[in-house]
Amino acid sequence: MRFSDEFEARFSEMLTHYPTRRSALVPTLLYAQDETGSLTDEVIAELAQRLDLTALEVRNVISYYSMLTTKPRGKYNVQVCTNIACMLRGGEEILHHCKKELGIGHKGTTQDGLFSLEEVECIGACSWAPAIQINYDFHENLTTTKMDQVLDEYKKKGTQ
Amino acid sequence: MASLVSHPDEVRVISKRFGQGATDIDRYLQLDGYQAVQKALAMKPDDLINEVKNSGLRGRGGAGFSTGMKWSFVPRQSAKPKYVLCNGDESEPGTCKDRLIFEHDPHSVIEGVMIASLAVGAHQGYIYIRGEYRYLSVIMQKAIKDAYAKGFLGKNIFGSGYDLDIYWHGGAGAYEVGEESALMESLEGKRGIPRIRPPFPAVVGLWGGPTVINNAETLAAVPHIILGGAEWYAKLGTPKNGGTRLFCLAGHLNKPGVYELPMGYSLKKMIYEVGGGIPNGRSLKAVVPGGSSTPVLLAEEIDIAMDFDSVAKAGSMLGSGGVVVLDDTTCIVKFALRTIKFYQHESCGWCIPCREGTDWLKKTLTRFHAGAGVNKDIDNIYYLAENMLGKTFCPLGDAAAMPTMAFVKKFRKEFEDHLDGKPCPFEKAGAAEPVMA
Repeated sequence: MRFSDEFEARFSEMLTHYPTRRSALVPTLLYAQDETGSLTDEVIAELAQRLDLTALEVRNVISYYSMLTTKPRGKYNVQVCTNIACMLRGGEEILHHCKKELGIGHKGTTQDGLFSLEEVECIGACSWAPAIQINYDFHENLTTTKMDQVLDEYKKKGTQ
Repeated sequence: MASLVSHPDEVRVISKRFGQGATDIDRYLQLDGYQAVQKALAMKPDDLINEVKNSGLRGRGGAGFSTGMKWSFVPRQSAKPKYVLCNGDESEPGTCKDRLIFEHDPHSVIEGVMIASLAVGAHQGYIYIRGEYRYLSVIMQKAIKDAYAKGFLGKNIFGSGYDLDIYWHGGAGAYEVGEESALMESLEGKRGIPRIRPPFPAVVGLWGGPTVINNAETLAAVPHIILGGAEWYAKLGTPKNGGTRLFCLAGHLNKPGVYELPMGYSLKKMIYEVGGGIPNGRSLKAVVPGGSSTPVLLAEEIDIAMDFDSVAKAGSMLGSGGVVVLDDTTCIVKFALRTIKFYQHESCGWCIPCREGTDWLKKTLTRFHAGAGVNKDIDNIYYLAENMLGKTFCPLGDAAAMPTMAFVKKFRKEFEDHLDGKPCPFEKAGAAEPVMA
């Protein structure tokens, strides 16, 4: 199992930060997932072994955190917030619009594997609502027109 | 990147370096950065704690507990290492302030953790940032690295003989982890399930050692208190509510944004002056004053001072500073449903009243809003919420119960308007239209 050099450097440094190895688990899972797309059996076995845990203990942690997934997602994961502050300013319309434009539902992935869609809970953009995240990038003060532009940008980026 | 706003009534303490390029350590130093920690190094721990106590600084995460008091609970002597843990897992709906602090002034958080460490005698600190805030984790990792490079962190900081290490840590999506005991579980690499208290974290915390846990905004205020003095800071606010705080104005407002206002600022002025009032010629229906877990206030209840004690007296909570404004097109039943849907999703499932209660509430409210409600559902919704209150290890059960009870109590008529298969009276009123043109 090979991760990037950057991952390995961060991982070995993080192990020096805590008195127990497993303390590095949660952020490490997220950084691993960023490289492999999802937390496959192979990734789980590898990290379990590195942190002196069983695969089951690692799975137990994965199932708790909403950003972690064992199923592959599209290259760009569109996460639409519909929580109260976003809902009041059109978050649900943005979600419906994305469903329609992408032709997929909550936690669905497009045929070409470019986009996934997810309705998410508060992402901390309440004063700039409605807001979404595509992977880690925030897009705020959205309208359906702006949403189309954002999706087009990613479509271009993804097919280049 | 979140955009910045301003208003003449703002008193900029925590936000004074926003937009000034202070993520760069040299720029931070020019703007009085790392002065407070050097002053703190020359002070006795008890004097530091007293200074923060006297400043009237209270926890900005939501509970509003005296920060100095919290620090004073850490035992002087401890066989196990002591820790300071910065809670940057900001995820209470309506709240987006810590994001700006990390984005514009990460060193102020580091400096706050340093001063807290000196006060309680800790030699290790952690700054936990929620997983969604990846770009802020990147900023923080660089800030910490720069502080080490200057010799501000590590062995013998500022030549004082005091060793202090500070590390960043990241989450992976969980509201519950913002609760202090679940936060420690998460940092230890586990599911974020709360711990029973006592023992409190100040005595038995991270890896069994005494631990101080403070919100990022609370810690960012500490260097300013040490430099400016407790008296100056206390006087910015109201009695027992020292200083300023970042208020996140959201919802149906002309000028939403994060504004730094003195504690005790009028909620009415916050809505109509700072926030620019209600758009589209609509009128105010209600306000959620401190994040989604705080009981809703009616339009006629907004003539209050926004400090912990005044909002509590009005039957709600100042909470985390998330002020969510609802205009008269908003359906309260739908708003209650969305609120409870969140708590149902985020309940960790450890305590039965919360796990079952939020699920029943979500199911009942979903059916109710869809027009299949019966009269006894209304009392049942209240009863379900009431039976979660105070019956869980952590406050998530309360956070779900309190707003639900307030919605039923204050908007019973609106619940009744949904009965007998009637469609939601607000669906046609244009409530679903986006505000932004």
